[in-house]
Formats: sequence, structure tokens, C-alpha cells
Amino acid sequence: MKIGIPKEIHQGEKRVATTPEAATQIIKLGFSVSIESGAGLNADISDEAYKQVGVEIIADTRALWKQSNIIMKVRAPEYNLELDIEEIDLLTSGACLISFIWPAQNEALMQKLAAKQVTVLAMDSVPRMSRAQKLDALSSMANIAGYRAIIEAAQHFGRFFTGQITAAGKIPPAKVLVIGAGVAGLAAIGTAKGMGAIVRSFDTRPEVKEQIESMDAEFLMLDFKEEGGGTGGYAKTMSKEFIDAEMALFAEQAKEVDIIVTTALIPGKPAPKLITAAMVASMKAGSVIVDLAAEQGGNCELTEKDAVVVKHGVTIIGYSNLPSRLANQSSQLYSTNLRHLLTELCPSKDGVINVNMEDEVIRGTTVIKEGKITWPPPPPTLSAAPSKPTAAPAATVDHVSVAKHPFKELLPLLIAGLVLFSVGAVAPESFMAHFTVFILACFVGYQVIWNVSPSLHTPLMSVTNAISGIIVIGALVQISATSVIVSSLAGLAILIASINITGGFLVTRRMLEMFRK
Amino acid sequence: MTHSLVAMSYIVATILFILSLSGLSNQESARKGNYYGMLGMAIAIAATTLSAAVSAYALLIVGLLVGGSIGARAALKVEMTQMPELVAIMHSLVGMAAVLVGYANFMDNTVVIDGVEKTIHELEIYLGILIGAVTFSGSVIAFCKLSERISGKPMLLPGRHWFNLFLLIASIVLAGFFLQQTEHGSGLIPLSIMTFVALVFGVHMVMAIGGADMPVVVSMLNSYSGWAAAATGFMLSNDLLIVTGALVGSSGAILSYIMCRAMNRHFLSVIAGGFGTASGGETMAIEGEIQPIDAEETAQLLKAAKNIMIIPGYGMAVAQAQHTVNEITKLLRGKGKKVRFGIHPVAGRMPGHMNVLLAEAKVPYDIVYEMDEINDDFTNVDVSIVIGANDIVNPSALNDPNSPIAGMPVLECWKGETTIVLKRSMASGYAGVGNPLFVLDNTRMLFGDANTTMQAVLKALKE
Repeated sequence: MKIGIPKEIHQGEKRVATTPEAATQIIKLGFSVSIESGAGLNADISDEAYKQVGVEIIADTRALWKQSNIIMKVRAPEYNLELDIEEIDLLTSGACLISFIWPAQNEALMQKLAAKQVTVLAMDSVPRMSRAQKLDALSSMANIAGYRAIIEAAQHFGRFFTGQITAAGKIPPAKVLVIGAGVAGLAAIGTAKGMGAIVRSFDTRPEVKEQIESMDAEFLMLDFKEEGGGTGGYAKTMSKEFIDAEMALFAEQAKEVDIIVTTALIPGKPAPKLITAAMVASMKAGSVIVDLAAEQGGNCELTEKDAVVVKHGVTIIGYSNLPSRLANQSSQLYSTNLRHLLTELCPSKDGVINVNMEDEVIRGTTVIKEGKITWPPPPPTLSAAPSKPTAAPAATVDHVSVAKHPFKELLPLLIAGLVLFSVGAVAPESFMAHFTVFILACFVGYQVIWNVSPSLHTPLMSVTNAISGIIVIGALVQISATSVIVSSLAGLAILIASINITGGFLVTRRMLEMFRK
Repeated sequence: MTHSLVAMSYIVATILFILSLSGLSNQESARKGNYYGMLGMAIAIAATTLSAAVSAYALLIVGLLVGGSIGARAALKVEMTQMPELVAIMHSLVGMAAVLVGYANFMDNTVVIDGVEKTIHELEIYLGILIGAVTFSGSVIAFCKLSERISGKPMLLPGRHWFNLFLLIASIVLAGFFLQQTEHGSGLIPLSIMTFVALVFGVHMVMAIGGADMPVVVSMLNSYSGWAAAATGFMLSNDLLIVTGALVGSSGAILSYIMCRAMNRHFLSVIAGGFGTASGGETMAIEGEIQPIDAEETAQLLKAAKNIMIIPGYGMAVAQAQHTVNEITKLLRGKGKKVRFGIHPVAGRMPGHMNVLLAEAKVPYDIVYEMDEINDDFTNVDVSIVIGANDIVNPSALNDPNSPIAGMPVLECWKGETTIVLKRSMASGYAGVGNPLFVLDNTRMLFGDANTTMQAVLKALKE
């Protein structure tokens, strides 16, 4: 099947859906890949780079859309000013579109797509489960956004992040507050930590405390009991009392910190307002707020979408598309996500996709199947299924020991006793003397061998090999027999046993020489 | 030499042998122990040679010299990875010698005894030859399996338990015939038939045992070779042989027991052969996806880790990767990282196999740990590298009661932060059991020949 990658037309969108590296892998899956000329330029990827890995370059936008069975994009389809046509109308019917869609917010778009009788896979609808992690574009983009948020903050912040004591005076470290410790929040924490700042973080979900602390940041505790975890690992709306307590915490922190990064989002709802105008006013002059929720209205009251504003001496950054500001990196990750999705869709690697609605990952991602809207999917059976066996493995299976019947335990003793008795009853005295020696030797062996270090088990085997060559004594006492057969048998036995003796001792010595501290 | 002097020398030799085995309790005293063993053997042979019973010196010396030089050559030439084969073939030699001595004793008519003593003596000959023959043919098959001259897969004949039972009954019946006929001075025919039966039994027994059970087989044959020597001792009324045989026999028996316990399997079920026939119910299906990794990323992970555990398995021996592993260990330790080795008792094809390979590569033995010593410490481990091992790191042994290896203690590497598994491909282990470790979130698979990939990792680490 033919995959087409059109140039992104959204204002300010610099990403591209496929990089040459990903294209190489996709071609290996049996697809042919075409790209609109100049699609990668904003992400610093030239047409030439695509051509080298066997991607066809097509200059005409309409021709590209027309010939492709699968269209891979970053942004959802929109109106193409240049060609004066809706991108949706460029889609051939029966084609497959893979991009961000946001079906909850874009109902009209969904209807139009369904009317085109196409299949649509939404990269924002990939179910949140372990198996789907490698195609989770939201996470990979959020990671970049979190990183970029700190870089943007650093750009507008007038001081160092790290503390230093220099000849010219002492520099205090910057204090960063990250609200919302999702993927983006954690990436921001990591980046700020890496630059030397003091980082604090807050999240309504208590289970992320550990993650925050694992990144060496401080988790701000709220003295309030309420579970903030919603389904699918996202946050949910909290009660009024909780929000009041939370706001009090933020107000207090605002006076102290230099940089606030907000990442609080609740799926399908406008972003909660967490930083009020009063809090902004209470911040030190020169402080910076990066609002990663600007797209959904912003966590800060004073945020202006896609703009940097200075209010009360505080810089508020409201860029809505931070990943696009790191276009090359985000194109790489996004195209890898797409490639993994194609791998899922095309398990036979024959270049034909199979939208298998039985597969939980594909089912979740598919929002329109052949003109029928399939969104929202049934709730995924979450992380519980392939849970890690680390929880309580020892408790589940004990060494399989069945309580033995007392008779069963006594039976071997009984048999052994009987055998010993009957041997004792008939055996002559000379035999008994040897038998005594034998049993005692078994016990000595038992005692000695348990003390052998397990790492020396191989030398133990080779040395016992050598020692069991003692059977040579048996041959030695017979070699002088008058019968030729007997003495030649004994001679042969001597030969064989002495192989054992020298071989065993020498190889043991060789091994033991190797054991060194 | 008088009879008493010979007996005294035998006592000295016996004590030296015991000291030799007890020396193996740690690496320092082990070397001295080995010399005690050599001394004991020299005293025993010298005393016997000088005793009144021996006069055919020419034949004796030729035998000793030829055999000794063959043994010395083999000992100095053998690769450490071939140790299991060498040990197996040496067991077969003890078995063979026991058979030969048994026949020689049977045909030697100089000693005249009768009554119960005669019967017991005949039985001793019979038993000595029986055990010797089983040891001989079993060890030869074990040798062939270990050196891959024949397939390591268990050969399961239909009705194999009945066949074994038939062979057992046959040897008991033959013993009856043998005792009857020796009354009249014959008995060679039932003795030869029994030898054949015992040889068949040894072959059949080891053929039915799979590759992963080889450590048990090798230690079991070790034990048999001891019992063969002890039986010979009874036959010749020689206490030195009895004591030494008993020492070796119990040593092998304990090793077999340790190996069985390490696999949580019953000794009899190992000997009866096959695998997984006893477990009922469906085993848990393994769901999830493997996450491959390449050598460079592995190197990155290792560079970032502080606490590293290396878990070698048979795959390391096959790929001869131990030297590369040691290079990596040295490099990482040079960077101040804590590198340790975790050894499962049944890793490899012989008890202690991994320790010998690591020692050969000059890995210091104080960073090589037994399973019980380090299993609780995996939570502190940043990266575990599993090299060519499978069943010994299988979590289903602990959490799936229906798994064929349920209850077997395993190295719990998944409790660490990340596990990297080196494997040639996604095939199951020898036990034929799927391994859920491979699809855990914190496991990465590094595919390829262990030595080649480890070399790539080493290269990446040096950059």
C-alpha cells in the first residue's frame, strides 16, 4: 500500500510525520512511501535525505493525496488556504488517515471524515497500556513539551538555574515549581534538575509521589485525603475543599518560587485555573510561568494562548505547540510512534494494513472504521492484566510439598531396617567388617561433602574422578595371576584407571590454579 | 612389604583422600587438598605394587605409564568449556575398569572359598559388574550428549518405565541363574547376558534425560562410579577401595541431591526421564511484547548503572563469551561500579560449571556469588545481564503453579531495575517452558551470539 506524507499546513507547525530513518523501517514493512516536497524542511530534513532512503518526492499536493492509500499527518485535516480546499476533500474514499484528531473536541471534523467513508486512526486515542507505550504519541510529545517548557523558561528567566559561589558573589539556585507530574511534568522536573535548580512538584494523584521523588524533586504534600487518580492514569476533577487547600498551597509557593510550570489537564475538559492573577502579582519580579495547558485555556488566569506576555513583572509563556519548537526531535519520536503503529497494523510485513478491531491497541486507536464512527472505544481493561509478578511471588507457590502420610515416611526406614536385619542374619563375620567400614565411610563422605563450596563442585567431580581411579588397586592385585586372560584384563583395567588418576588430578590442579581472588 | 604394612599405608591413603575432599571447602585449601589426593594415590599404588601379591611388574608399569600419559595429555589439552564431557568420559572409564576387574576376579580361580561366603563373593562380583556396566554405558551416552555428538533432547520410548522394570527383573533372574551355575564352576553366560542388560539399561536411562537435567545425570554417574569402586572393594575384601568408593559415591549422591533441589524436582522423576509430564492444568499464557535493545544502548545502560549483576548460563559456555564478559567486568569495575555474578546451582551442564568458566577467564572469585547469597539483593541492582540463561531466571517458577518448573528456586533478576537478556533467538529453554521475564516492562532483549554481542557492548563501553 502507498503511504503519503503531506506537508503540514497548520500555522506554525514545523513537525513532519515521517523522518528518513522511520521511512527506511516502513519500507521494510512492504509499504511504498511518498512525501510532499519540502515537508521536512521545517524540521531540518531535506527532500534529498528522503530520496536517499527510497522515498518518492511529489511536488503536487493533490497528486500526493490522490495516490495514497494511507495518509500520515501530525495535525488533524484542516482548510488548505493555498489550494482553497478542505484537506478532507483531498482524501480518496476508502483511504486511511493517521494523525492527531482529538475526536472529543472535533465533532464536526469526525462527521465529515465519516461521510468520506475513510478509516481514521487517531494518535491521541492510543490506549494507555504497557503494550501500546511505544506508539503513545501523546507521551512522546508531552516529554518534549516538558523539556522545552524549561528551556523557554530559562530563555526568559534573568538568572542561572544552578547555584554557585563565585569570586563575584553567591548565586542562589532557581526554585522551580512543576504542577502536574504527568509525562510532561516529569520531563520538566528532570530538565530543571539537570540544570541545577531546586524543583518541587505537586500532583493530585498521590501515586506519583514516588516518581517525583525518584527524580530527586520534592513532592508537595497536601494535608487532605482525596484520590485524584481517574481512569487510564489521568487526573480527574477534584472536590471544592480539595481545590481550596490546593490553591492555598500554590499561593504560598508562588511567593517563594522563581519559575512555575503548569501541566494540569483533565481529559476532555477546559484546563483548571490554578494560578490566579493575585498569585502572579505576589511572585517576584522576573519570575516566569510556563503554561503547558494554554491550548485548553491555560492553568493561569493571565495566560494568553500562543503568546508571551509580561504581567506584574512576571513573564507568562502560553505557547500551545511546544513540541513543534523542537521540530526535528519531535518529528523523530512521532514518526517512530507511527512506525510502531504500522508494525501493529501490518503483522505479516506485506505492506497491507489490517485494522483488526479484536486487538485492543488498534481498537482504541481507530476512531472511524470505513465511515463508521467507532469512538469512544469500550474502556480498556487496564494495567491489571499483565501485572508484574514481583508483587508476592514467593507467597503464591511454595515449594510443592504435600503433607506425607506418617507411614510413607516410615516405610523407607522400615525397609532399610529389614534389609540390614536380613543381611546381618546370613552374612559371615568377614563381610560384616567390610560392611562396617563401608557405612562409616558413607557417613564421613556425607559430612565432608556438605562442606564443599558450591563454586568448587566441578573440581570436586574431577577429583572424585581421580580418586575413584583407586580401582586400579583391584587390578594391581590381580595382574600377577597365572591365567593370561585374567592378567590381561587386569592390565587393561590398570591402563584405564591410570588415565583417570592422572587425568583427574591434573585437570583438578589446572582448574584450581584458575580460581583467584 | 608385609600385609600389615600395606594395610597401614592404606589407612594413610584413606585419610589423605578424606583430607583432599574436605580441602575443597574453600579455594585456598583446595589446592593443597588436591596434592593430598595425589600423595594418597601414590602411597596406595606404591604399597600395593610392593606387596607380596604383585610380581608382573612389566605389564603393570606399561599399563600405568600408557594410561597415565593419556590422562595427562587429556587433562592438559581440554578446554574448560568441555569439562562436562571430560568428567563424563572419565566416569565411563571407572565403570569400564570395574567391569574388567570384576571379570578378572570371576575368572581367577586361585582363591578358594565356599558356603555363604562364596555366595556373597559371587554376588559382589555380580553387583560390581552390574554397576560398572551401567556407569560405563550411561557415561558414554552422557558424554555423547554433552559433546553434542547426539541430540540433547530426551528420547522417550513408549512404555519406557516397563522396559526399565523388565531390565531390572531380567538382571535379578539372571543373578539367580548365575548363582546356580557358579556352584558347578561356570556362570560366564548369565554374567555376560547381565552385562549386556546393564549396558542397555545405562544407555536407555541417559537417553531419556533432557539437556537441562544433565547436571543431575553427571553427578549421578559420579556417584555410580564410586559405588562401582566400593563394590569392587567388597569383592576383593579391600577396605581402601570400599572407603574410597563410599566417599565418591556419597559425594556424587549429595551433588545429585543438591542439583535436584535446585530444580525442585524429585530425583526419581529426573532419572525416569522426560520433562513436564507430571504437571496438570494449563500453564499461564504469556502475553506481552518483547522489547529489543542493541549493544550501544546496553552500553549506555551499563554506564548509567552503579550496581550490576551478571547471570551466566549455558549460552555463555556455548558462545565462549566468558573472556569478553571478564573484559567488560574489569572495565566497569575500573569505573567504580559494583559488578557481581549470580550463579544458579544448575546453570550449565555440570555442578559448578559456570564457576570454572569464570575462573578460567580470571574473574575474581570473590565477586561470584551463589543464588542464595544474592537473591535478596536484586532490589538494589540497577542492571542485570542474563547471558544465555533461561529457566534459571523464569518468574513462572514462582508464580505459576502449573508451570513444569513450578517451585524451582530461580534468580529473581526482574526485581532489579532493568534486566537485559542476551539470547540467540526467542526459542524456549531446555525445559521447553516459555519465559514471561522476556516480556516484562523492565526487560530488554539483546539478540545474537553472546560473544559477538558482548564484544559489541565492550566496544561501545570503551568509546
